[in-house]
Amino acid sequence: MTIKFAQSFDAERRRSLSIDLAIFSLIFAGFYGLLSLGRYWTSAAVPEVDISLSPWALPGYAFFSVARLFGAYFLSLIFAVVYGYVAATQPRVERVMIALLDILQSIPVLSFLPGVMLAMISLFPARQLGVELGSTLLIFTGQVWNMAFSFYTSMKSIPRELGEAGRVYHFSGWQRFIQLEMPSGVIGLLWNSMVSVAGGWFFLMACEMFPLGNRQFRLPGLGSYLQTAASAGDVRSIIWGITAMIVIIVATDQLLWRPLIAWSDKFKFEQVESNAHGGNPILRMLQRSRLAAAIGRVAGNALESIMLRIAKREAAQPADAREPSAWPARIAAAIVLGVVIFAALHAWEMLRGIAGHEWLSTLGHAGITLLRVNGTLLIASLWTIPAGVAIGFQPKLARIAQPLAQIAASVPATALFPIVLLGIIQLGGGLGIASILLMLLGTQWYILFNVIAGALAIPSELKEAGSVYHFNRTLRWRVIILPGIFPYLVTGLVTASGGAWNASIVAEYFHLKGQVFMTTGLGAQISQASDAGRFDILLLSTVVMSAMVVCINRLVWRPLYRLAESRYRLDA
Amino acid sequence: MQPQPLIEALAIEKFYEAPGENRIQVIAPLDLAIRPGQIVALLGPSGSGKSTLLRMLTGLSQPSAGKILRNGVETKDPGNLAIVFQSFALFPWLTVQENVEAPLEARGVNKIERAERSRRALDVVGLDGFEAAYPKELSGGMKQRVGFARALVVEPEVLFMDEPFSALDVLTAENLRNQVTELWADKKLPTQAIFIVTHNIEEAVLLADRIIVLGRNPGRIRTDFEVELAQPRDRKSPPFVGYVDYIYRVLTQPDADPGRLPSASPKRELHQMLPHVRPGGIAGLLELLPDPGQHADLYRLADDLGLELDEILPVVEAAALLGFLTVKEGDVEMTALGYRFANADILHQKVFFREAAVQHVILIDRIRRALETKSDHRVPDEFFHDFLDEHFSEDETKRQLETAILWGRYSELFDYDAAQKRFFLTEPDPPAAHA
Repeated sequence: MTIKFAQSFDAERRRSLSIDLAIFSLIFAGFYGLLSLGRYWTSAAVPEVDISLSPWALPGYAFFSVARLFGAYFLSLIFAVVYGYVAATQPRVERVMIALLDILQSIPVLSFLPGVMLAMISLFPARQLGVELGSTLLIFTGQVWNMAFSFYTSMKSIPRELGEAGRVYHFSGWQRFIQLEMPSGVIGLLWNSMVSVAGGWFFLMACEMFPLGNRQFRLPGLGSYLQTAASAGDVRSIIWGITAMIVIIVATDQLLWRPLIAWSDKFKFEQVESNAHGGNPILRMLQRSRLAAAIGRVAGNALESIMLRIAKREAAQPADAREPSAWPARIAAAIVLGVVIFAALHAWEMLRGIAGHEWLSTLGHAGITLLRVNGTLLIASLWTIPAGVAIGFQPKLARIAQPLAQIAASVPATALFPIVLLGIIQLGGGLGIASILLMLLGTQWYILFNVIAGALAIPSELKEAGSVYHFNRTLRWRVIILPGIFPYLVTGLVTASGGAWNASIVAEYFHLKGQVFMTTGLGAQISQASDAGRFDILLLSTVVMSAMVVCINRLVWRPLYRLAESRYRLDA
Repeated sequence: MQPQPLIEALAIEKFYEAPGENRIQVIAPLDLAIRPGQIVALLGPSGSGKSTLLRMLTGLSQPSAGKILRNGVETKDPGNLAIVFQSFALFPWLTVQENVEAPLEARGVNKIERAERSRRALDVVGLDGFEAAYPKELSGGMKQRVGFARALVVEPEVLFMDEPFSALDVLTAENLRNQVTELWADKKLPTQAIFIVTHNIEEAVLLADRIIVLGRNPGRIRTDFEVELAQPRDRKSPPFVGYVDYIYRVLTQPDADPGRLPSASPKRELHQMLPHVRPGGIAGLLELLPDPGQHADLYRLADDLGLELDEILPVVEAAALLGFLTVKEGDVEMTALGYRFANADILHQKVFFREAAVQHVILIDRIRRALETKSDHRVPDEFFHDFLDEHFSEDETKRQLETAILWGRYSELFDYDAAQKRFFLTEPDPPAAHA
């Protein structure tokens, strides 16, 4: 007995040692990666890097792309937490900040491109850092808004009594943040992080290689590799590139997101332990590792000493004196207001110079893209609703179909696009059809996954009632299925609609085989204006697109959402 | 003199400005004090602002008007308080120990001391051994124990509880409630007062030394009284039922004036102690008093009679109990009834005494009613022993019954058969023309 125990203990220790070694080498590799990144960033500026199409160059490119993507992601994370925190805790600016978030969310990534790039290049004119920062910030603008919104919502939905417990026991702002607000936000932030990073992959090509006015930018990375291969019509290289991308995406999913999701289980508000405790092998390994535990301890102690110091300082001053002065906030508000007015005046100046017929054509383009977006949603719904319900109603099918669909969904549509477009052109089609197909590739998954979730959530009693009373197919759909999946369908459609508007920019305008393919639409107009350096047209079309998206959200989706919340809730 | 209140609310109210001229009054101005050594229960229908009141007293929300004194000082700093929440309000991502330590961290207490204090608090609530568990691994009752430990660890001046047992099943709630009363009685709870919000009438009567009943539209105090029952309390005892009935009546008649506790009030029923005085002594004292409208100083009265104050006091108490005189700050004054009693002949004196005794003396009334309900009009004295034992020692019970027998014989309400140890009804003289 003791011997057996000792043996298993020994095996345990050896395993733990190998995990420690693995973690150690990971840290070392990360350090080396940072060093080479630093060297590259501080090198002289080379806006247009030559891209080698050899598969051997791919790991290097992949590294740069991943670094850019996660750099942007960490910026997003910090920004999202700060923005969400301020919006949730400062009632005076809350409404303005949330309205602003709504608008920013509706602005397509490429509309930020000229401003961000030019600002960064002029900040670091001589170093590659400028161009790199510009590209990273561009990815950032595609990732950050939903995360900020998520953190804000989490903070606002902290159960009232938990917040009161923090106040009654005199938590400092810092302790409240560490023990209450941040933990409440973890799950929402995590799911939105996955969406955001996927969005980063979607726009990677657009963010790594683009013309700006008369200048051409091309950064070393997977996106540039794919675009270069597409321009050359090199299908073999495109497939290599896509393969590399899928490998990275799957690895991120397995090595990062899944362990994080398993870990985040402890941040659920549910008071009862759920039985769906899969656990995650990587998380278990980390939890067993002594090195990871040591790192965790050091970090925990650091956090705690900060917390105690703040607590002591706050306890030292009387509570009545804790009200902060309003002046810094007022001054900040005045500065922000000044900047906004200044920018608005300049924007107005710019818009005034646009000819009347250009206004008209912009509105026309907007109408066409609106049709295209809604056509996409319609086509997507037509196949995803029956498919999703079928998958959701048959657990066996779900077990096979769901992982497949997840892999399919994880491939960024933009990466597939060159191949799809080449095929369509060969069949004699044009970008008009292809753009719808691309938008479809990018957005149908949101609807599919939500429909599956909805179908799974329909209580089996309802289905049984349907069969006991011999409902025919029409009645079943009308009375059970459609109302049952309605809230989920609305959620899916809202996300898909936003995604489709954003995707229209890359879908309606494309560089392939050395020529530009474009179709009529607002997205194409934005891309073209950005390429040509027509900032006035860029501004106009951005404002129009943003206004349309916000209006559609307010007038269509929000009422539907409310209907779903009130009338079609199954748990009420 | 009563000790200084830990928290004293003066004319606090809560309202929300509504568009137009009307404002929404949630709580009408009210006064309330929480004194050391008391368990105060706040009862009320939903919508009467119980939670709002609790949140104002704890400083979680500010009253729209009025002020709150804490230890006699007006301040916005709520000070050292704790709340046990209905939903437990534990941090799901912290272990039991971390949850209990969180309030200490907020005070900058170092790790070692935190561990020690949280261990002690968990020990008190019977949760030692669960330090490393997460709340979701615990049952509801255990979660609320963590909630108690987290509240006790700060040694609050006042421990607030917001419907602490209503999320638990009946048996768990009962168990936890009993333990709280026990710990409180044993002075093991490191707090000076407890303020509990509940919608459960029995819970309030079980726990509280004082009960405040709120009414709604707007929230206001309907009645505020002390529960004078010894712990542990028996839900089936008549006085307990009396309290529950009274509160029930107040709650179900929202528009009626709740009045004071009714004449068969539990307060008198419980602590009414018959002074050991012969009825003749009462009559004698009254004859010495000045006419109604004039005061007599008790000290001087005792002096005039050549008696110690201690000797005269029981007689005064007995006369006051019967409604023959009133006592106010050391002065006695005869009532109109007392005047008539004192100046009546012996037969009429008996009638006055009889009526007063039935009306005001619970024990006499109880004995008479018990005798009347029995067909043979006989009741063994054990029957009343049981009733008195709840409130008095054995000796005192005996003396109470002896006094009751004296008074009953004098007023010809009933008699006592010492051999058979039982009471029996006597036919009083026909109601004389005393009016």
